[in-house]
Amino acid sequence: MGLPFLKRIATFEHGIHPDYHKETGSLPIRRMPFAPKLIVPLSQHIGKPAVCCVSVGQEVLRGQVIATADGFVSLPVHAPATGVVEAIGLMPSASGKMVDSITIRVYQADGQQVQVSTPRDVEAMDKKALLAAIQETGISGLGGATFPAHVKLSVPPETVIDTMVVNGAECEPFLTCDHRIMVERTQDLIRGIRIAMKVCGAPRTVIGVEDNKPDAIAAIQAALPADGSITVQALETKYPQGAEDTIIYALLGREIPAGQRPASIGVLVNNVMTLAYLGRLLPAGEGIVERVLTVAGPAVEKPGNYIVPIGTPLRWVLEQCGAKSSAKEVILGGPMMGMTISSLDVPVTKGTSGVLAFAEAEESSDAKRVYSCIRCGECLKVCPKFLNPSQLGLLAAKREYALMSDSYNLDRCFECGCCSYVCPSHIPLVQQFRVAKAFNREKATA
Amino acid sequence: MSIELRTSPHMVSDRSVNRIMLHVVLSLLPICAFSVWQYGLSALALIVTITATCLLTERVLNRTPGQPSSLSDWSATITGILLALTLPPAFPLWMGVVAGFFAIAIGKLLWGGLGFNAFNPALAGRAFVQAAFPVAISTWVPAFSVNRFSEFIPSSLTMPLMTPPAIGDWVKLQHVDAFTGATPLARWKFENVTASAHDFLTGAVTASAGETTAILILLGGVYLAARKFMDWRIPVAVLGSAAITAWAFQLYDPSHYPSPTFVLLSGGLMLGAVFMATDMATSPVTPVGVWIYGAVIGVVTVMIRYFGGLTEGVMYAILLGNALTPLIDQHTQPRVFGTRQKGTK
Repeated sequence: MGLPFLKRIATFEHGIHPDYHKETGSLPIRRMPFAPKLIVPLSQHIGKPAVCCVSVGQEVLRGQVIATADGFVSLPVHAPATGVVEAIGLMPSASGKMVDSITIRVYQADGQQVQVSTPRDVEAMDKKALLAAIQETGISGLGGATFPAHVKLSVPPETVIDTMVVNGAECEPFLTCDHRIMVERTQDLIRGIRIAMKVCGAPRTVIGVEDNKPDAIAAIQAALPADGSITVQALETKYPQGAEDTIIYALLGREIPAGQRPASIGVLVNNVMTLAYLGRLLPAGEGIVERVLTVAGPAVEKPGNYIVPIGTPLRWVLEQCGAKSSAKEVILGGPMMGMTISSLDVPVTKGTSGVLAFAEAEESSDAKRVYSCIRCGECLKVCPKFLNPSQLGLLAAKREYALMSDSYNLDRCFECGCCSYVCPSHIPLVQQFRVAKAFNREKATA
Repeated sequence: MSIELRTSPHMVSDRSVNRIMLHVVLSLLPICAFSVWQYGLSALALIVTITATCLLTERVLNRTPGQPSSLSDWSATITGILLALTLPPAFPLWMGVVAGFFAIAIGKLLWGGLGFNAFNPALAGRAFVQAAFPVAISTWVPAFSVNRFSEFIPSSLTMPLMTPPAIGDWVKLQHVDAFTGATPLARWKFENVTASAHDFLTGAVTASAGETTAILILLGGVYLAARKFMDWRIPVAVLGSAAITAWAFQLYDPSHYPSPTFVLLSGGLMLGAVFMATDMATSPVTPVGVWIYGAVIGVVTVMIRYFGGLTEGVMYAILLGNALTPLIDQHTQPRVFGTRQKGTK
């Protein structure tokens, strides 16, 4: 309930409580061996794709730049392993599209050390130099948004950021890689936060962590600097606590005006994984060649958190973790907002926070049967954006796409999936909204 | 390993239409049992006959090729039970069949079936037989007659299309003290006599088959609300607004207007507020809308009772609320996160 005197812990209104399946949260991060071949896409971020600067047959060292950033809103790509460039060309990607990628045959005998690095004295660097250095690390939003980190941190001069929010909510079921990062790489995280604060000019930082991760909260608390500029706040365990709108509202009580960015209310949100890698790679002067991700799901025998080289094919990831033959669905990201892939040749990229394998649902066909909307109104009670998914769904069935956006705020929907989750009629609401948005986009550009 | 493409979310809750409806049926069963205990064979036959009629009508008229039967969603069962509970226990069974057929065929399927009907099907059926058989629907019998488990009330077994026999002689044979043949609401309206809360809570009043047990109705409602199978705000709004209205009238003229307790416990208000106003398909979905809808029903019920020609107004109040639902929904769209203006422009 939204009554202030009953409010005991920071949270947002509405939302759902799915089964969290966070069993892997207690397992330490482990390293995954190199796959024989790595497929490294040139575009793993939002913005212009990187430009390849190696040729077929060329030997590359782990950590070497193999593609350079094309302008400001772009990121370089580093070789995730020592080996030889086998091919440069179109390869499958998660979206189903073929994308330009560099295929590297890995020298299995070579070690895991990064071969190319230029250590920096971060303390001595000014804002501009830091921004350039951040771009050189190739870090994009590692929570899955894949927006280049240096672009996000480049705040326009007229904008004042008073608070940086660090997103450690990790509200998606199954995923625990952020949790492990907060526990095991706390110092990296604090260092990353300090760098980010310096770059964006925020005087204070609030780290929001869902209260199902008490060890992460304790670890951060122990590592906080004495000056009080960084604090950690427990959040109610509720989905989608980690969305930008909801976490800002939960921590600061501010609503981002519809259709605007958090910067418009003086806030910048960064994911813990992004900042932890920033804090680790920037002083070391290395590029991002691997990331921690969660491999889990009912169809995985050895679930856990693994350090996986960028470009590792999902087939290899699932083989290493013992995927069962019953696996029917392989999801990149979390089960609420993640996407399924059609081919196991798709590689792990910078934005891959999880690989989940689900078996065929055991429920009877009747339980999955789609009924017409009975107007139970449960979707209105869970929508974190206070939309009316019931009405939107009825309009979508009539293909009233323009009306959905003009009168019922379709464009505010960020597809968190709460409405579909609770719908007793099993109406694929989120999918209907995606279709409607795509139609409207097409119409707008036509 | 062959994998499939599916769209997010990849997890769903265990809520489903048939589950919700099944729990509504389960929460109605104690009320049915109480009714049968009060009125015996006739009440049992009425509930079974009408429910069977509803299911048969749904089965025959609602067939979609390649789709399993819509009986499994339990909604026709709910309609049947609720309809039976709103009728007098002595209601002729053949008229019950008419009511059940009308409820499903005209009240629901003609609109497009589950989720598309504008009016509560059970009340649509009841409204039809109220107009068609005004005498039968206001013929009341005493509860707890001695032979209720061994013989039918004579009017129950009336031949189809025949007028039911007068049951005055049968009632006299039951030796029930102080039976007047009128409901507490009618006695208040025409004789200005109110029944006590004790009489209501023990079922010692004259009423429709399922209207006399406020406690079981409330228990069923609390169960459904706790399991989130029902919107608790609607019964609270209906009963609250009815109580406030009654309280205001009593303040104005205590010698004529009854107490809020009497208003809440008499007639079909409790059953209507908990099980019929809350029908999902015919009630608003917006957070503000449900309160308006409930308040309209509560106030209109009291107004019909006090100033209308009928002794009871719940049915028409809910049907009016149903009719207003699209309008209420349209004008109470929720405020979208991050905006100050209403959702609908």
